[in-house]
Amino acid sequence: MPTQHSRVKARLMISPAVLLLLGWMLIPLGLTVYFSLLRYNLLMPGMEQWTGLTNYRYFLTDPAFFDALRNTLVLVVGVLAITVIGGVLLALLLDQPIWGQGIVRVLVIAPFFIMPTVSALVWKNMFMNPVSGLFAHAAKGLGLEPFDFLAHAPLFSIILMVSWQWLPFATLILLTALQSLDSEQLEASEMDGANYVNRFFFIVLPHLARAITVVILIQTIFLLSIFAEILVTTTGGPGTATTNLTFLIYAQSLLHFDVGGGAAGGIIAIILANIVAIFLMRMIGKNLDA
Amino acid sequence: MARNVTPARKATMTAIAWIIGLAIFFPILWTILTSFKTEAEAIASPPSFVLFDWTLENFSIVQERSDYFRHFLNSVIISVGSTVLGLIIAIPAAWSMAFVPTKRTKHVLMWMLSTKMLPPVGVLVPIYLIFRDAGLLDTQAGLVIVLTLINLPIIIWMLYTYFKEIPVEILEAARMDGATLRSEILYVLTPMAVPGIASTLLLNIILAWNEAFWTLNLTAAKAAPLTAFIAAYSSPEGLFYAKLSAASTLAIAPILVMGWFSQRQLVRGLTFGAVK
Repeated sequence: MPTQHSRVKARLMISPAVLLLLGWMLIPLGLTVYFSLLRYNLLMPGMEQWTGLTNYRYFLTDPAFFDALRNTLVLVVGVLAITVIGGVLLALLLDQPIWGQGIVRVLVIAPFFIMPTVSALVWKNMFMNPVSGLFAHAAKGLGLEPFDFLAHAPLFSIILMVSWQWLPFATLILLTALQSLDSEQLEASEMDGANYVNRFFFIVLPHLARAITVVILIQTIFLLSIFAEILVTTTGGPGTATTNLTFLIYAQSLLHFDVGGGAAGGIIAIILANIVAIFLMRMIGKNLDA
Repeated sequence: MARNVTPARKATMTAIAWIIGLAIFFPILWTILTSFKTEAEAIASPPSFVLFDWTLENFSIVQERSDYFRHFLNSVIISVGSTVLGLIIAIPAAWSMAFVPTKRTKHVLMWMLSTKMLPPVGVLVPIYLIFRDAGLLDTQAGLVIVLTLINLPIIIWMLYTYFKEIPVEILEAARMDGATLRSEILYVLTPMAVPGIASTLLLNIILAWNEAFWTLNLTAAKAAPLTAFIAAYSSPEGLFYAKLSAASTLAIAPILVMGWFSQRQLVRGLTFGAVK
């Protein structure tokens, strides 16, 4: 049992981390709330004025806000659908006995380590460019008209880029979960005459349910904050076609210098993220007890 | 599902897996190949895969034009600096939570994780203004501070899950033998915890290296790391695929190699121990 003495020391050792995180959370958060109640533009220093909830009213009634909300939702759901379904299939494939499994694994995981700015620019220019991108070459080779991805399907193009980056993450986690599946259970069901489809839906998928939930929740946290991919490819356009909530708030605060409006948007983003976070925390919290 | 499979089935599965694996890896391979082409060959139709005149000139042009080494150095300082600083703060905290748990430990851990859920854009404005007033905009120190704080919860969690696996009895035995807290950590805990600390270090350097919200918003020229170095290639001037590829290859190569080494730790690190 720890002694009284070691308890005091333990508390001392944890306090720097706690104090730093507390400061990191409370100071900016407090300031964001404060700014959100001001009329505050960086181009008009010294003109700050108390405006109550005006910033929120403007932000929430701005048509761009609804576009951004919709785009955020489409982006998150689209990437989740592709990565979870693709991840399950890939994990099942990689779990099979194959030659060179280690190398295939390394190939599949690689996109996760590519920085977002590189991945977005490579996709935009070398693959999706309608004149000299590889997809255009392929289309011409097949006698088809090249498709201008970022002009005609901008949000879908971004979904593709982001999915490519996150597919490895989903695959790796699902593969790890798959490998802990009891093979005797599968063999027993096979002897009882269950075919592959039945085995998948009644044994494999329920076993993966927990890992899938973890993948969805963690990816959602990151996907809500997608920024660099949009900044270097479309800068939110054309129009607001690829503006998500994060990019809208960035543009409001640092491109239009509207600190008050940006801060109000920030608070709204925090509230939305918290709704997701509550679910994630419950999942992980449950695991702590086990 | 390693049961008796026919060689034919294994060969089919192998072929499918390799085709998909190569397809997923292809954009990276293509970028690396293009970085060795001339600009004319980079946009040639039909594109050539390996039968072109290999050249290294793109790399020297990129270095000359946008000073790769300075950005590389900034990336190293920022990612290693923030990770090491984070470890210094996190090791004692994770130690005390793993070995001297109290009723509140679980709540503290969950609360720490919850700070990670804060969307960065929610605090962009105040951080930007604080940095502007403190003269921290576009400095390495500023980015080290921010990245330390945003990755601290992950570092603490990873260390905590590793420390949890160390048998307490050994530490108690050391304490019985009269080891002080300092020597307990230094000579007993640390050697057993080194593998966990090493993988935490590796994963966090990767996360910090690729971080592209704060590094893009808080730097301009002086302290810009590789994420910003690449972003400068978003407005093309003339023929630039080969140069873009060379810059991209230079930016991703170091971390790709590290990433492959750390892939096994990735799962538990990024799921906070929920999937092992």
